[in-house]
Amino acid sequence: METLLMIGLLAALGALAVTIAFMDDLLVVTMLSGIFSFTCCAIFVLFDAPDVAFTEACVGAGVSTVLTLAAIRLTGRREKRVGRRASAVGLIVSTICGLALVYGTLELPRFGDPLAPANQHVAPHYLNESAAEIGIPNVITSVLGSYRGYDTMGETVVVFTAALGVLMLLGGSQARPLRRGDAPARADRDVILRSIATLFVPMTLFLAPYVQFHGAYSPGGGFQAGAIFGGAMILYGLVFGIDRLNKLVPERVLKVIAALGVLTYGGTGLVTLALGHQFLDYDALSPRPSGQQIGLTAIEFGVFMTVTCVMILLFQRFASRRSEP
Amino acid sequence: MSDLVGLFPYWAVIILMMTGLYIVIAQGNLVKKLIGLGIFQVSVFVLYIAIGVVDGATPPILSPGFNSYSNPLPSVLILTAIVVGVATLAVGLALAVRIRESFGTIEEEDLLPLTVPELPPEPEARP
Repeated sequence: METLLMIGLLAALGALAVTIAFMDDLLVVTMLSGIFSFTCCAIFVLFDAPDVAFTEACVGAGVSTVLTLAAIRLTGRREKRVGRRASAVGLIVSTICGLALVYGTLELPRFGDPLAPANQHVAPHYLNESAAEIGIPNVITSVLGSYRGYDTMGETVVVFTAALGVLMLLGGSQARPLRRGDAPARADRDVILRSIATLFVPMTLFLAPYVQFHGAYSPGGGFQAGAIFGGAMILYGLVFGIDRLNKLVPERVLKVIAALGVLTYGGTGLVTLALGHQFLDYDALSPRPSGQQIGLTAIEFGVFMTVTCVMILLFQRFASRRSEP
Repeated sequence: MSDLVGLFPYWAVIILMMTGLYIVIAQGNLVKKLIGLGIFQVSVFVLYIAIGVVDGATPPILSPGFNSYSNPLPSVLILTAIVVGVATLAVGLALAVRIRESFGTIEEEDLLPLTVPELPPEPEARP
């Protein structure tokens, strides 16, 4: 049964990808890629990765789709038809690459093999020892925050840096001011949309702290909670207008909190250094395992602050920019 | 037969990956290229997660009564990669928006003649 489900979902993904390749209406393409992301979520759940499914649902299907739509509004909806030559070159290159990769898979361990090298290296250590070393049931959170804390810090900094890049590229000063005759950037005359949003935004906002603080026991953590909180604010902005969102959470506040998040993460590392241990070695804070839990809570909160604010900032910058006449 | 089922997820991933690659190579619209890159990226995510699956296991959240868990490491790597992915997508889209504002188009074939400067004329050979 599970095998059939897997084959069906993967086939659906393939069909969606091919349809995306041959559509030239970018609005349709964007919506299809949202569906593509949701199908992926189902596959991730099937593949025992609920944390990843969570993240893909809010980020891949939610935030990416909204950002792409906002960009299409500024760059135009139609794309030019592909030339014969470009199409042929693309087909030849991707077919040859694909066949080479298929040849490479023949030697790979089969799907689900417990003895595959990938499942033998550090994974057994994480699964067998993390209960004693970190003391929380969700192994993914332990690995994310503690065993591989350096990686996660790097990823948080990358997210922050990307936000800086967008802020510089879409600088506020270049956007032309609102003129008379511009379409009002709000949908708040639509009663159905407004009622649903009034119901959903607070519920989603409440879900975020739950996902954040229960992340040690169930799927969740700073990245997911940040994306959920940011997603709820984006929904607010979509329905009630970007101007109200800008007023509710001004950009200068978001910038400061995003930076504070990175600072919290790095600062935790510096504190452990100051206490005479290695960078991000939470045992410095308190004996095992409670020190680990204090450290994890601190860095997850830092991640939450950065991810939330970056998501909202990205949306604000794209949505506030007015298209050229 | 078991070989076929055992390799099917990888082959499906390869098809997705190559569709993404095709879009990036063949399509001229910059936003469409970014969407193609997104498909490529998601296929890599599925590949990682598929490698970590263990038959008959549960998600790696320790609880009494279970003793077989899937590999937690791919989940960790991919869940952070997804968030980084949307941040980099935003940078790409911002670049596309700026290119459109500066040149009036985001189609590659229209952009290339605008952005590649003409080569300066060859200096005349000295006698």
